[in-house]
Amino acid sequence: MTSRPRKQIHLGVHFPGVNNTTVWSDPRSGSQINFASFEHLARRAEDAKLDFLFLAEGLRLREHKGAIHDLDVVGRPDTLPVLAAIAAVTENLGLAGTINTTFNEPWEIARQFATLDVLSGGRAAWNLVTSSDAFTGENFRRGGFLPYAERYERAAELVAVARALWDSWDDDAVVADGASGAYLRPGSVRRIDHVGKHFQVRGEFPTPRGPQGHPVLFQAGDSPDGRDFAAATADVIFSLHSTFEDGRTFYDDIHARLAAAGRDAESLKILPATTVVIGDTAAEADELARHIRRQQVPGPTAIAFLEQVWGADLTSYDPDGPLPEVEPDVDGADITRGRARHIRDPRPVVAQWREQAAANRWSIRDLVIAVTSRGGFVGTAASVADDIDRHVQEDASDGFILVPHLTPGGLDDVLDQVVPLLVERGSFRAEYSGPTLRDHLGLVHPDAARRPAALAG
Amino acid sequence: MTKLHLAVDLSGAGAHPAAWRAVDARSRAGFTDVRRQVALADDAGFDLALLDDSFTLAPSSARTVRGSLDAVLVGSWLAPTSDAIGLVATVDTTHTEPFHVAKALQTLDHVSAGRAGWQVAWSTSPAAAAAFGRKGVQDERDAVDEAREVVDVVRDLWDSWEDDAEIRDVATSRFVDRAKLHYVDHVGERFSVKGPSITPRSPQGQIPVVVRVDSPESVALAGQVADVVRIEARGTNCAAELRHQVRAAALAAGRDPALVRVLVDVVVLLGADAGAAQARREVLDGLAGTPFDPATVLHVGDAAGLVELATRWAPLVDGLTLRPASLLTDLPLLADTLPLLRREGLAGRPASGATLRDSLGLARPASRYAVAG
Repeated sequence: MTSRPRKQIHLGVHFPGVNNTTVWSDPRSGSQINFASFEHLARRAEDAKLDFLFLAEGLRLREHKGAIHDLDVVGRPDTLPVLAAIAAVTENLGLAGTINTTFNEPWEIARQFATLDVLSGGRAAWNLVTSSDAFTGENFRRGGFLPYAERYERAAELVAVARALWDSWDDDAVVADGASGAYLRPGSVRRIDHVGKHFQVRGEFPTPRGPQGHPVLFQAGDSPDGRDFAAATADVIFSLHSTFEDGRTFYDDIHARLAAAGRDAESLKILPATTVVIGDTAAEADELARHIRRQQVPGPTAIAFLEQVWGADLTSYDPDGPLPEVEPDVDGADITRGRARHIRDPRPVVAQWREQAAANRWSIRDLVIAVTSRGGFVGTAASVADDIDRHVQEDASDGFILVPHLTPGGLDDVLDQVVPLLVERGSFRAEYSGPTLRDHLGLVHPDAARRPAALAG
Repeated sequence: MTKLHLAVDLSGAGAHPAAWRAVDARSRAGFTDVRRQVALADDAGFDLALLDDSFTLAPSSARTVRGSLDAVLVGSWLAPTSDAIGLVATVDTTHTEPFHVAKALQTLDHVSAGRAGWQVAWSTSPAAAAAFGRKGVQDERDAVDEAREVVDVVRDLWDSWEDDAEIRDVATSRFVDRAKLHYVDHVGERFSVKGPSITPRSPQGQIPVVVRVDSPESVALAGQVADVVRIEARGTNCAAELRHQVRAAALAAGRDPALVRVLVDVVVLLGADAGAAQARREVLDGLAGTPFDPATVLHVGDAAGLVELATRWAPLVDGLTLRPASLLTDLPLLADTLPLLRREGLAGRPASGATLRDSLGLARPASRYAVAG
């Protein structure tokens, strides 16, 4: 009996930015801005043969209670220039970056991704996010111009235009025919003439096509609109659903939407973000994970988190004391700007928290740690490898995006100890099979996807 | 004698429009050949390399190299494998977001340990306006006016973090001292920007700004904002006049003209002797179909002749922007000429670990917001 090859796991690393995942207070925590930090994580990820490195994006510094939020990491480099620099010190590692679809224009963004793909030999990926708030818009020419309800519409049109621009060059356009004087083969670059609701784009695109044709497209939105957008457009979903049950539910939901969109199941990879904490024993790992959570949520951070929910200043409360007895201010103004609001009506949430705190005798800090914990793998290297493999083999995901709590070295031990175990069991690559990110993710070239399957049989 | 700053322009395949046609196509590495060129220029000791960029595609009728990569990304890609040479990227101001421009250049500065530069560009072409579809076509006056506003707000954003804003104060749980982060609060007719930048102050603090002069409006802009001014001039009289205009514009803007470095473009076509160089010129002109006539100093000759030229120009300008007629042939020959210039005391070379400001002799300023308090 022939055995089917095991489902292959896809792994990326995220160099985290500006939230409390990163423990900056630890003496081992490195620079969030020096190139050396990015180079460290990139080289280690490539040594371990990971699919890609991922960077998010900054459009405005987060504010809390009307002032710049100073408790978490503040400041980051610009996404694409750092990825271009990382391209120079790596050969195979994919380079994924978030670029929003609201405060960018297709001509410029399409040029930049084509450039990154050319410079890296076909390793670029674009994580599409929408933003629409006026707060962020204050840094840009058009301000808060985009209605919330239209954000995915604009994103879809922007991607369509970008794809048209990438497709306007033939892959073999550059012929450099000295005799005739034709640097580009006649007819190899076609004019674009797009007139749509959000964009009017006309002309000859000036940038050659990268080896991947189109960069790999990631999408991270979790709303119904976001999931539909992903099912229609994305190659990879950067998902929030890292627990087994949540993951299975999400996986089935997305695959149903994928089928409805007429797409092949293999054409979309679902990768949740997750943390990994390993120890020599399960108990040691548990203790370390608890310690990290306490490092991630010091007193002031716990208070600031509650303030987002209460909509009021709570600095008079002791983080090691009980929850505030006052009720949340439902009509309070947005006390935190520049971060997605997760909670609509706070009152039922607060009621539930009071119950939990009473039952467990939790302080404010204990409660915040508990309610902001998002799964993650904790255990010995062997048990973590088992868990990760099970998630993928049983379709709770297609892999994971690993997020360290210490940058840049926080995943060194995971890459050294867990990944080899996955390779041993045949679930993860020992070597890269090809040079492009599409190769690593098992995604077909966009041109191949469009050709009729005339060669089958 | 003050030494000449030496810049090298790496546009296309070289300054001669037919340069790409004169060599075996298979020997060219295409758009990524710039890495080899910068390595050569870096070893040779140029102060800076200029990376051109454009939103539009040259027409096929021009029979030039066609196609371009984003210059800031190319510069960032070149940073880890280059050592001392400045990486000056051309970035447009007409169709871009000033907030993105500011952080992109700051990041080029971060990844290159302080070797970034900005060659300011603006668009008056209908093709660029049509590519973005947001604005009508702007004339030179309007576009340069907008460029000035963009440079101003980008400089504000570069200073919006004071150097010591990051404090990592465990006792108070504060990663930054928010008193050292400043809103730029730019409110203009064309656009407004709140700030601060999302990117901390970069190694140079203020990235050197390069302006190419080719119109009265750009002369005014150069005087007002440029650290480095590129002029085109066929002869010393014309150059002296342009330099005078730029310095007058600087004075009128309340700046010290001595802080504005004026570099003249010199197109260079080299050979073992004058005859060999002339022969190469004829081949290239034959391929192009028309005689090559750049609107600036043109040296067709040998290395010794270039040294003489540099000696003649040294009292009149602060530096030379050398434009190899053919990057493939003239850049290596030019690289071999730099030691001769240094031996004559006409030029230096940037120190390893030096920033571009260091190489240009520009002090590093504190954030304007720190001074204001």
